[in-house]
Amino acid sequence: MASVPTAAPVPHSAVRERVDWLPHLLLWAGIAVIGFPLYIAFVASTLTAQDVVQAPMPLLPGPHALDNYRTVLIQGLQGNLLSPPVWLMMWNSLQMALIITVGKVVVSILSAFAVVYFRFPGRMLFFWMIFVTLMLPIEVRILPTYEVVADLGLINTMTGLTLPLIASATGTLLFRQFFMTIPDELVEAARIDGAGPLRFFLDIVLPLSKTQIAALSVILFIYGWNQFLWPLLITTDNRLDTIVVGITKMIGNDAAVTDWNLVMATTLLALLPPALVVVVLRRWFVKGLVDSEK
Amino acid sequence: MQRKVVFPHRLLPYLLLAPQMAVTLVFFFWPGGQALYMSLLLQDAFGHTVIFVGLENFRALFADPAYLAAIWRTLYFSLAVTVLAMVPALLFAVMADRVIRGSTVYTTAMLIPYAIAPAVAGVLWLFMFNPAVGVIAWWMRALGIDWNPVLDGSDAMWLVILASAWKQIAYNFLFFLAGLQSIPRSLLEAAAIDGAGPMRRFWTVVFPLLSPTTFFLLVVNLVYAFFDTFGVIAAVTQGGPAGATQTLVYKVYQDGIQNLDLGSSAAQSVILMAIVIVLTMLQFRFVERRVHYH
Amino acid sequence: MASISLRNVVKRYGGAAAPVVIHGASAEVPDGEFVVIVGPSGCGKSTLLRMVAGLEAISAGEIAIGGRVVNDVDPAARDIAMVFQNYALYPHMSVYDNLAYGLRIRSLPRAEIEQRVQRAAQTLEIAHLLERKPRQLSGGQRQRVAMGRAIVRSPQVFLFDEPLSNLDAKLRAQTRLEIRRLHRELGVTSLFVTHDQVEAMTLAQRMMVMNGGRIEQIGTPEDVYLRPATTFVAGFIGSPPMNLLDGRAEGSALHIEGATLPLPQPAPRAGPLRLGVRPEHLMPAADGSGWPLRVDTVEMLGAERLVHGQLGGCALTLRVDATLPAPPAGATVAVQARPQHLHWFDVAGGQRIER
Repeated sequence: MASVPTAAPVPHSAVRERVDWLPHLLLWAGIAVIGFPLYIAFVASTLTAQDVVQAPMPLLPGPHALDNYRTVLIQGLQGNLLSPPVWLMMWNSLQMALIITVGKVVVSILSAFAVVYFRFPGRMLFFWMIFVTLMLPIEVRILPTYEVVADLGLINTMTGLTLPLIASATGTLLFRQFFMTIPDELVEAARIDGAGPLRFFLDIVLPLSKTQIAALSVILFIYGWNQFLWPLLITTDNRLDTIVVGITKMIGNDAAVTDWNLVMATTLLALLPPALVVVVLRRWFVKGLVDSEK
Repeated sequence: MQRKVVFPHRLLPYLLLAPQMAVTLVFFFWPGGQALYMSLLLQDAFGHTVIFVGLENFRALFADPAYLAAIWRTLYFSLAVTVLAMVPALLFAVMADRVIRGSTVYTTAMLIPYAIAPAVAGVLWLFMFNPAVGVIAWWMRALGIDWNPVLDGSDAMWLVILASAWKQIAYNFLFFLAGLQSIPRSLLEAAAIDGAGPMRRFWTVVFPLLSPTTFFLLVVNLVYAFFDTFGVIAAVTQGGPAGATQTLVYKVYQDGIQNLDLGSSAAQSVILMAIVIVLTMLQFRFVERRVHYH
Repeated sequence: MASISLRNVVKRYGGAAAPVVIHGASAEVPDGEFVVIVGPSGCGKSTLLRMVAGLEAISAGEIAIGGRVVNDVDPAARDIAMVFQNYALYPHMSVYDNLAYGLRIRSLPRAEIEQRVQRAAQTLEIAHLLERKPRQLSGGQRQRVAMGRAIVRSPQVFLFDEPLSNLDAKLRAQTRLEIRRLHRELGVTSLFVTHDQVEAMTLAQRMMVMNGGRIEQIGTPEDVYLRPATTFVAGFIGSPPMNLLDGRAEGSALHIEGATLPLPQPAPRAGPLRLGVRPEHLMPAADGSGWPLRVDTVEMLGAERLVHGQLGGCALTLRVDATLPAPPAGATVAVQARPQHLHWFDVAGGQRIER
């Protein structure tokens, strides 16, 4: 009796081996490509301006890291293009990012609480008004917002820098969604225990929301730190520049004249805090991203 | 969507909502309304002469070859960024999904560009590709490629496309990875037993199941390319050379802030608002589908 | 401890034209009594309980606790405590904090809180769990913490909203006994809602049987079992349920579809009537003058058998001791019942008719 032909069995080990190195290889290649610009920036930040401008720039780091970083941090650019010291700009960025983060979290958690746990006339109207703000990023309403802020006399103030950016609803939706998952019975038990709405909010809702708050805060911090267009418009005083704005101002029109090594040092300093946040607080960051898109 | 259990208080909810409503009214609805109103006016730079012109600004825009060119340019830009940001991200996500050991390292490394401000990303790529000092520019010249984003429009366009896509890969990677990890292993095992090789398994099982994520990311990437890339363009090319990288959102800025053509800029803002609303509605439609899918 | 009075309590969701969910419920619960509200899903028992708690508004009527009308009184001010079906423990607080929360809000001194919590924990045997979080506890332990939270408050009234429904059968039986013991010890007026008639029968000093938003009968378990006030109560209480036969009474006979049943005593009136008799009250007839039951199936339960069959066109079930031989399927056996075990009901309204 003829045997039924079967495909030659592939040895299990061969299959594993063939597959095993491929993803690692591709991933490392990917990381190399993705990380290349950062690497170049790092190298540049360790050389002198001369070395950088003289093409081709060497691909290995040089010895001037400490000098460069110290210069930009403390003095800022003193050469052809003036800029405030980087520590000042980073301080501005930090203030802005923190104020936006705290502001948005506080404002949106209160609103979400109101919308979920009370019934009052206009409730759905308010909710839709808040929801609509998700649809229009600041770039689209930039001019009139500028006028409003100018009219309020908030140009060149930290208030003017942060307040308009607190106006969008990211957090409110997130918290509302979360509050809807808190069992009804918890509220009833609290009411019978004698807790009023504020007590319920402080004793029960807030502790239960800790993870959500952390996740949202991470996303908002990065969002606030990385703002560009708005701070650019709102501040005419150099000393209020955020680091992101500051960097773009450091680059003149003539590439040869720019102190690229210092600019790159500044760039790396600028992206360090948000990058650290992503790396160290990764779990919350990921959760914040995924939850806010639901 | 009202819970069964609410607190009976009347005044408190309004107080809780007040902060968010205040910020939203002052910094969102008021400027938004202003933009709508201004789009119907013709006024000089200082607002002294104001004439109501109805939809004239809009008509003028659509008759303006520069504006129409900007529309096509933006579409081209957005599609290029979307494709370049999504395809590598999918590849990396597939690889990362296969790897169990070390996946945290890969994921974290991949995510870092998300933390970088678009403007800063622009600066990094500008540095690499600048004809005078850029490392890659030098290599390209060494290879005989004529590269000059300062003078050549399409070179400039590619530079901003690359910088924008680079940053966005991280976000897509995250969501693709999450999507891949939610596909039940048993489906893939069943396909393998049925005799499907890895490529076939990918195209016939994984990719279709990933389609909600793909649609979702498509919309998000388009929105990103339309609006959040402002920083990249502002940092790298400032819309140049000769308007070659002037996308719609950048045009709003230039016409409004730099050229002080308030009516036209406002009209452009309104058009952009309409586009965002459509895109966001698409996004919510697809997000909803995602929810039903699971 | 206090009495509870329900006087014509009505509930509707919405305006005056909205459908009524509770139709004029009235009951008097004296101080210290353990009353079980029992009925099928959707009968309104939880709604009624929640109105007593103050978690639902009262559309009409009055509810008084301890003589005080509490219609507009906030739940926290009614001096009640509630045990929920899903325990409703605060997940982020330790067991101790869960128990102490209500007391802390009422600004009791720390020493007294400590004393009360410890005493409640001892009573419920959860003293060793005080530092744990709810997610580290089993279902039965969580339920005891939920009861502990009610006990520490020393309220006038305990309200239980189906607290045993989420426990497995064995735990349910155990916890039932615990609740009885607690009531003996503490003697607090209690309202206990359940859909399980076995729970109701074993726990209640008195029962309120509800159906479709109405209280059909209030009485002790014996009352309800032996003298059901309506067809519904007759069919709901007791397992297997009471046999109900619709027919036309004429003197000492009941004409049902397909058969005429001789009665040991004349029926209370002539005309359409419904006869009820419990399966355990039917016995094989000694002589051939019983009701002819055509046997369909026999279920063996261990100590007894359930014989299912047809009486004319009506289904009938009886319980017989397992020591007696089982009648074969298809056979016709004669069954009868003693006169005091025959219940008569009005066909239209379902009301009980006294002989």
